[in-house]
Amino acid sequence: MLLIACPWCGQRDESEFTCGGEAHIQRPPDPDALSDPEWADYLFMRANPKGRHRERWCHTHGCGRWFNVERHTVTHDVLSVYRMGEAPPDDRDGDPS
Amino acid sequence: MTTQPYRLAEGGIVDRERPLTFSFNGRRLTGFAGDTLASALLANGVHLVGRSFKYHRPRGILTAGTEEPNALVQLETGNRSTPNLKATRVELYDGLVATSVNCWPGVSFDASALIDTAHRMVPAGFYYKTFMWPRGGWHVYEKLIRRMAGMGRAPEGPDPDRYDRVNAHCEVLVVGAGPAGLAAARAAGRSGVRVILADEQPRPGGMLLNVADTKGEPGADWVGDTLSELRSMPNVRVLTRTTVTGYFDHNFLVAVERVTDHLGPDAPAHLPRQRLWRIRAARVVLATGALERPLTFANNDRPGVMLAAAARAYVNAFAALPGRRAVVCTNDDSAYDAALDLHRNGVEIAAIADLRTDPARPAAQAAAAGLNILYGHAVVDTGGRRRVRSAHVAGIGSDGFLKGPVRALQCDLVLMSGGWSPAVHLFSQSGGRLRYDDALGAFLPDRARQRVQCAGAVNGAADTASCILQGQDAGSGDLPAAASAAVAEAGSHWPIPARNRSGEFRRFVDFQNDVTTADIALAVAEGYQSVEHLKRYTTLGMGTEQGKTGNVPGIAVLAGSLGAPLPAVGTTTFRPPYDPVTFGAIAGRDVGPLADPVRETPMHAWHVKAGAVFEDVGQWKRPFYYPLAGETKRDAVVRECLAVRNAVGLMDATTLGKIVVSGRGAVAFLNRVYTNAWDDLEVGRCRYGLMLGEDGMVLDDGVTARLATNQFLMTTTTGNASRVLAWLEEWLQTEWPDLDVYLTSVTEQFATVALAGPKARAVLSGLTSDIDVTTGAFPFMSWRSGHVAGFPARVFRISYSGELAYEISVPAAHGLNLWAALSRQGEDHGITPFGTEAMHVLRAEKGYLMVGQETDGTVTPIDLGMQWILKKRKDYIGRRSLARSAMLDPMRKRLVGLRTEDPDLVLPEGAQILPTAPYGPPETMVGHVTSSYWSGVLRRSVALALVKGGRDRETTTVHVPLDGRTARAEICDPRFYDPDGARLRG
Repeated sequence: MLLIACPWCGQRDESEFTCGGEAHIQRPPDPDALSDPEWADYLFMRANPKGRHRERWCHTHGCGRWFNVERHTVTHDVLSVYRMGEAPPDDRDGDPS
Repeated sequence: MTTQPYRLAEGGIVDRERPLTFSFNGRRLTGFAGDTLASALLANGVHLVGRSFKYHRPRGILTAGTEEPNALVQLETGNRSTPNLKATRVELYDGLVATSVNCWPGVSFDASALIDTAHRMVPAGFYYKTFMWPRGGWHVYEKLIRRMAGMGRAPEGPDPDRYDRVNAHCEVLVVGAGPAGLAAARAAGRSGVRVILADEQPRPGGMLLNVADTKGEPGADWVGDTLSELRSMPNVRVLTRTTVTGYFDHNFLVAVERVTDHLGPDAPAHLPRQRLWRIRAARVVLATGALERPLTFANNDRPGVMLAAAARAYVNAFAALPGRRAVVCTNDDSAYDAALDLHRNGVEIAAIADLRTDPARPAAQAAAAGLNILYGHAVVDTGGRRRVRSAHVAGIGSDGFLKGPVRALQCDLVLMSGGWSPAVHLFSQSGGRLRYDDALGAFLPDRARQRVQCAGAVNGAADTASCILQGQDAGSGDLPAAASAAVAEAGSHWPIPARNRSGEFRRFVDFQNDVTTADIALAVAEGYQSVEHLKRYTTLGMGTEQGKTGNVPGIAVLAGSLGAPLPAVGTTTFRPPYDPVTFGAIAGRDVGPLADPVRETPMHAWHVKAGAVFEDVGQWKRPFYYPLAGETKRDAVVRECLAVRNAVGLMDATTLGKIVVSGRGAVAFLNRVYTNAWDDLEVGRCRYGLMLGEDGMVLDDGVTARLATNQFLMTTTTGNASRVLAWLEEWLQTEWPDLDVYLTSVTEQFATVALAGPKARAVLSGLTSDIDVTTGAFPFMSWRSGHVAGFPARVFRISYSGELAYEISVPAAHGLNLWAALSRQGEDHGITPFGTEAMHVLRAEKGYLMVGQETDGTVTPIDLGMQWILKKRKDYIGRRSLARSAMLDPMRKRLVGLRTEDPDLVLPEGAQILPTAPYGPPETMVGHVTSSYWSGVLRRSVALALVKGGRDRETTTVHVPLDGRTARAEICDPRFYDPDGARLRG
């Protein structure tokens, strides 16, 4: 059970949240300009890294706000939490585990 | 009072003033308060307590704790019965009833024990070998195997007990209340932070409870003093009978407290039986101790063969003698303490066979006591059947083979000690790495991944003083000092050679799963060389015991077979739970009516009084239909439908999701989330909208009304209300934060009544003076505000039945009164309440889609024949996906109507549709029935279906295979009734 620091409410149990998958995937501004494979890539293809992963989470059973979590997929360490629209923390090298 | 022949006259924690009567396998026996079931059985001289899982060999009590693999009992009878409890952990209470598991008809004569004589037929992996022929035979074998194996039996009725759940937070959680845990809790408690100390035993103290002579080290007095200091600290919580079973991410641990199990069925009613603790700790100290290991000599599983420390606990803590004449076999020092304690209490020690030729710490005390110590010797076999009768002792040469003669020693007890395995389970669950320590012959905690420290025997500390020191350090948050002494110099002689290499013998590694050294060797020969493969193939380390005693011996035998060093073989993964957890504790209060919230509308009481049959829609209770006396469901639904078609009906539509969409960006937002355009919708008008996923599949539908220039009221289907709100919020917050739009759920704020039928206008007009209900003033797809029956109301002229209809919304508090007023007003018009089933029939007669019935996440608007709602000149969610060539394939399944050849036949929903009469599998299937009803107004069945090619196939005949026959049906227009919609606009 992860402990996640909602940027609005503070630290809460994982069971209050919903994970929305990979973050920073922008909807293409002009979908018609995309080929079918490009559209499929936007729609279905997601990164599945071993290590740092930026994800969108929603505090469903709390404030209801979406925000970003940088999580390590091996250790489950929550490395950083930042609001929607904020730039992700600078890429750091190396494996934090 | 019956006598307890093996009970000591004094000593121990049992209360001789409080005798307790209990029943074991139908025998009435007596024990004392403070006993476990196991100690009470031993005091009565009962050693044969169960049969093994696979061979049904007689088994006795091996341990004195949670690690017990053999002595499993079924406790109590009826619905309170619990299977597979360890007799070593069941606390005795008056009237306790227990029976052995794994035996039929009884533990003394078990019919399945014939397997034991035919054990060559059931080698390692026999599940995968023996029962593979003939093909399909497994169905027969499985039933037989389940009956013979299967452990205990689950009760069949509902659990009569109550369970609870607690969330707790603390700065320091200490697991285990032995010397290290007590010291850790005291040090942490003195610093003033919140501390939880959890221990699985009824009394804190750990191994100190089992020790008679503390040799000047802290003992029972120290435990008592420490405990009273802990109890005096308001920031410290001491939980006994509480097993920490799981260590999860971010220092979240789960523990089970057995609140009243020790009181039996007479427990006070106000207490839950068990309590599940969900603990979040800033820091964890694991003082989980160590578990003694068995030795692998031939026939090491007979009743009366016991771990040395267990025998010591029975003598010292429970004053119960496990036998009169013992032979000890050991490869470490701790067994000497056990032998001395037994000797002092009158047990004759026939011999101590020490596998080591030159122990580092010679057993001076034992020698001084005159005990017969045989260095470089081992027990190599045992005799006896239902109880051990002899131990065969021989010298072991440096080559690992027997040296010299084998001597048979008469005895009724064999003690063994194969060294100690630190209980690293929780540390390993937490993500910590283990390392193998050659000197200790054990896996020890190494690198931690979470904020956790280990202290005491789990860390390799051997004596009480170093356990306490480590505990103090860990409790204060310091790094624990290095262990001052080794636990043992164990780890050698796996397995112990047999006295006759060609003869009949089995050396058990895993007692619970009947895994022998030969099984491991066979698995290795067959290629199962990874420890994880070995586990699955042989079942080593499975079951309730999970390898607590047999893990390291098993790994050692595997390493020996492979010729590899033990640490290279490694351990299997430790997973939660450490000890079995009841389903009751996990479920807690979330059972019965509390399993899921129940939502009722303001009119619910009226529906109940009217005799409605209810349907669950999401969490809502909705009237399904309102049967009159003697009516079947079909009668009632036909009557309700005809009332709507011919007069007027009213339906509770409160449960439809209602979302207010407001803000300057509301129109732009609706344009993006719905497939049609919203710019030109005037205030006072409504429009139907279809919502897609980005994959182009239908997500939801509903009518949205424009309340003001920048305010809309959106409706969703009942079951999708919260999902749609979450979906819209996600787009607003993550993709379009620049849009000035606010969403507010008002589902529960308004009660809504649908008034439908040709007489609807007449009923409504009698109840309102400020809404002009004439068609010209209040056309189809518009809404008006005013008063209905004196209540402030919004009236929407929308219809899901195809009839003239109004949906009237009032503040929720007025819902019941509005309903009653409409019922009274409509009496002269034959007003009839109708439920969801009639609504489904009415909309199917019209060919209207129902989300979740015609759609299943793979259906597009094009499939539904709804191209008219797809705006070409704007982007919306899902639009790009609909442009993919595959979406336009005319051979996709599309919505059609089905007219059965036999008008009385109502097809089952979900039935498959074939293009030709069936010719035998595999059939070509072209679609399936999505909705199917009897239509009262059409006097025939109507059905909707998704069929490849859709309405291009109109008038062709398809075949629907049913049980034992095939129905024929014709593909047709799905609008069965009033296809032009004249009635709805009237």
